[in-house]
This record gives sequence, C-alpha cells and structure tokens, in this order.
Amino acid sequence: MAAVEMTAEQPSATEKLRRRLTSGRMTATLVLLPPALILFTLFVIYPLAGSGVYAFYDWNGYNTPTDFVGFANFERMAGHSVFQQSVMNSLKVIAVSLLVQLPLALLLALLIYRRTPENTVFRLIFFLPYILAEIAAGLIWSFIVDGNYGVVADLTRALGLEPYFITSDRSWAFTAVMVVIVWKYFGFHMMIYIAALQGVPKDMIEAARIEGASRFEVVRHVQIPMIKPAIIVSVFFSVIGALQVFDVVIPLTNGGPANSSHTIVTYLYTFGLARLKIGYGSAIGVTLFIAAVLVAVFYQRLFMRKPA
Amino acid sequence: MTRANLIRQILRIGFLCIVASFVLGPLLATVLGGFKSNDEIQTSALSLPATWRTDIYADILADPGFWRYLGNSLVISVATVALTLLIGAAAAYVFAQVRFFGSRMLFSYLSLGLMFPFATAILPLFVQVRDLGLLDTYWAVILPQTAFGLSLAILLFRTFFGELPKELFEAAYVEGCGYVRFFWQFTLPLSTPILATVGVFVFVQSWNNFLLPLVVLNSREAFTWPLGMMQYRGEYAVEWNRTLAFVTLTILPAVVFFVAAQKYIVAGLTGGAVKG
Repeated sequence: MAAVEMTAEQPSATEKLRRRLTSGRMTATLVLLPPALILFTLFVIYPLAGSGVYAFYDWNGYNTPTDFVGFANFERMAGHSVFQQSVMNSLKVIAVSLLVQLPLALLLALLIYRRTPENTVFRLIFFLPYILAEIAAGLIWSFIVDGNYGVVADLTRALGLEPYFITSDRSWAFTAVMVVIVWKYFGFHMMIYIAALQGVPKDMIEAARIEGASRFEVVRHVQIPMIKPAIIVSVFFSVIGALQVFDVVIPLTNGGPANSSHTIVTYLYTFGLARLKIGYGSAIGVTLFIAAVLVAVFYQRLFMRKPA
Repeated sequence: MTRANLIRQILRIGFLCIVASFVLGPLLATVLGGFKSNDEIQTSALSLPATWRTDIYADILADPGFWRYLGNSLVISVATVALTLLIGAAAAYVFAQVRFFGSRMLFSYLSLGLMFPFATAILPLFVQVRDLGLLDTYWAVILPQTAFGLSLAILLFRTFFGELPKELFEAAYVEGCGYVRFFWQFTLPLSTPILATVGVFVFVQSWNNFLLPLVVLNSREAFTWPLGMMQYRGEYAVEWNRTLAFVTLTILPAVVFFVAAQKYIVAGLTGGAVKG
C-alpha cells in the first residue's frame, strides 16, 4: 500500500491532476446519477412498459395477467361510441384553443405587454386562474352554471326563462367544459406572448412607424413574425394540454350526461381504472401515449429546431 | 393626448375590464357565496350578502379534517420539491460537469418524461404502487410525482449549470475540492434562481395534483385537499355555501403563494415553455 502511494507521488503535477480528476469523476457519477435513474425507471419507464404489455391482456389487476387477447382491447375501444365521442371532444378542445383562446391571449398580450402600473394589474388578474387547481376551477364553474343557484340561474330568472342546466344538456355540456378551459388557460398563453413581445427590439417598431406603418401593420408585419417561436410553443402546449384534460371535467359534468362529455383521460379513468379493467385501460393509455409522441415528434420536426 | 388616442385608450381599458370581469366574476361569487345563506345564493349569486355570515367559514376552520387535508398536501408537496431538486440537480450536475461514455444516451433517456402525459401510465402505476405496498401512504404520491418531474428539472438544471463559469471549478479543483463537494458547496448555492424557479413550479403542480392522489389514496386520513374538497362537495351536495367556503379557503393559500412567488412562477412557466 505504501509502495503504491510512493509511486503515485512520482508522476508530474498535471498527470496527478488528471488521475484525481478521473477518480473523483467516477465517484461523482456513481453517487449522483443513480437516484434519478432508479426513480425514473421505477415510476415512469416501468409502468409505461407495463402499459404496453397489459394492453394485450384481459386483466383485472390481480395475480399475473394470463388471458392474452391480442388486439381485442384496441378493437373494442375503437368501436366504442363513447371513446369516439371522447376523441371528438379532445379535438374540440384543440379547435377552441386555436380559434378562441390563442387569438384572445395574443390580443390581450398586445394590449398590455408594455410595463405600466395598470398593465401589471391586468396581467395579474388574467393570470390568476392559471394558478388555481383545475379541480377548484371545475368546482367553481359547476356552481356558476348551476341552473338553480349560480350566475346562470340569475340570468335565466332575469330574462324570465325556465331554469337551465347546461351540464345536463347533452349537446351543450361539453361547451361548459371548454369555457372553463379557456377561462383557466388564456392567461398562461398571454404570459408567453408578453414575454416574447417584450423581447422585440423597440427600434424595429419605431423604424416601421417612421416609415408610415399603421399600428395594425406593425402588429401584422413586425411583432407577430418576431414572436413566432412563442406562438409555436403555445400552440404545442394547447394541443398536448387538450390530450390531458381530466380534473376540470370531473366536478363539472363527470363525463355526463349519458357519457357525452368525456375526454380521453376521463374515459380512461371511468372505463379502465374505476372498473379495474387494467388491460382495457392500458390499451387506452397506450393509444394516448402514441398520440402524444406523434404530436411531439411531428411538431418538433415541422416547427421547432432543437438546439444541438 | 389627441382625441383619437383618448378614444382608443378608453376602448382598450373597457375591453380589458370586460375580460377581467369574466375572470374575477366566478371567483367573487365563490368568495361571497361562503358568507351567504343558501336561500340568498339562490336569489342572487353575485350580490353582496345581506348579512355577512361567518359561521360557515368558522365551521370549516374548526374542522380538524380540513387541516389534515391541507397538512397532507403540504407534506407531500414539500417532500416532492425537496426530492426533485436534490435528485434532479445531482443528475444534471453529472451531465453538465462530467464527460463519460453514454452520457448523452442517459440524458435522452431521462428526457423521455417530457414526451407524454402522466395519465398514459396511470393504470400500471397504480398496480406498481399497490405491489410495492405503498397505497394510502405519502410515498405513493411523492415518488411518482418526483419521477415525472425529473425530466423537466434535469433539462433546466443542466442548462443553468453549464453556464456557470468553468474557471470556478478549476480553481476549486486545484485547491483540492472534489466533484461531489463542489456540487454541495458551489453549484447548489450558486444556482438558487433556477432551484427556486423549478421548486415553485413543482410545488404548484404537486399542490394541485388530483388524478394521482385520486388513484392511489383511498383513506380519508391520507387525502390531499383536492380529494377532501370533492369529498366535502359530495357530503354537502345541496349546500352550495359550504362548498364555496371550502373552495375559498383552499384557493386562498394558492393566491397568497402566487403573489409572493410570482416572479419565479412566471419565469418558470415562460422559461420552461421556451426551453421545453
């Protein structure tokens, strides 16, 4: 042992530095990296892989799955009208996000991106719903649209109409869900746009004004092109977010009436987990996973250049 | 200010106020609802209460169940934040500071979590948590939340650590400071802005999480506040004033927290959005 230490004294200073660096590096890697890898594998990758296996079984979650059914779960899902409706509903959320929520967010961002005291107040107000729990937002709105108690009840009474229960109306229940989604998330997208708009160089805008561009032309030809990356990101969040809607629906409609207002995740919960059909639920989970990955991959290929 | 400008300004503020009332109206109705009798809510949802009843709020505040829900949520959120910061920063430090074979591959592996929604794996996750015997424990929520939060945390930390001056490490190294000690003594203290940003973000997500606790917590003893709130709503189905008071009391901490940590929340969201 002593001899080894003696020889270790021999090499040049740089060589010594290199050696100690390597050994310290090894220790650091072996101490600091494994916790993340283990946790991630155990609670993200392993369950995800489990989905891929269970999806091909008819399994109630107890013992080991033995009843291999091939693609039967997927076929049943694809043929189930409630599932088809839930996919339609998720597409509706995407449409409303792109056609109502994002334009509103952009308009508001353009109106209040400058740093003035009154703009700060509005910014805070508009962002407020975003920090509330979705479940609380859903519950608050289930009161607002309650035909006997809420603001909707006030309105129908003022207009002399019969009490109206939007969440019991098959054709309109999901609209209530979408209103809450817009209410809760437009402020988030607005914040993304504001951050981007504040990054647009002021002299570019001034130059355009000097050349005689109107306010609208500045927005159209200078500001919007300059914040394109932010718009791309916010559209991405809308689409991915639309695939995950769950919390808002539960207190508001719970998927009803007559299963008309399910989203993909509430469908997964109601028809997979709540009935302990782990195989069937996994098939839905796998489908959702594939959808999310396809969206992410295509979107990044098309619009986002990832820094190397 | 010219006339045209003045009109434009009035239109602008008017429009902003309309949107603001759309945002604040439901919140106002909720807060006020907790001070009213049910009959009064039924006649007018938005008006001020004729007499301000405080007994409903007092009832809830005196209910030990309410405090237990909040306590459970707090313990779970704090533990999730601590674990995510510690484990995520440790891994990110290795990726930023140490070059080793397979580093890129492992980093991509850990980034997989950015790709898909939590819900996709919820069923096998339930089975996994059950088989580990963790159902109805705090760990059933803490560990999966941490695991799913790691991807974004590591991504943001690695970028930040990579921008710390290299000379600092070289100097410390010559003084005999090893990698692990450098991580503790220099990297973490120098990274408080990003730690705070990620911490606040993880905290809010955990505090508001509903799906995972719903799946892995069955006993009321272990309920987090969103579960407790739904339970309460179920028990007092026709008494809106009670539910509204409960909602108000649970969103109040979130609002206070938001105002206090606003800077970090906004930075985390927009920063995460740009980088993610």
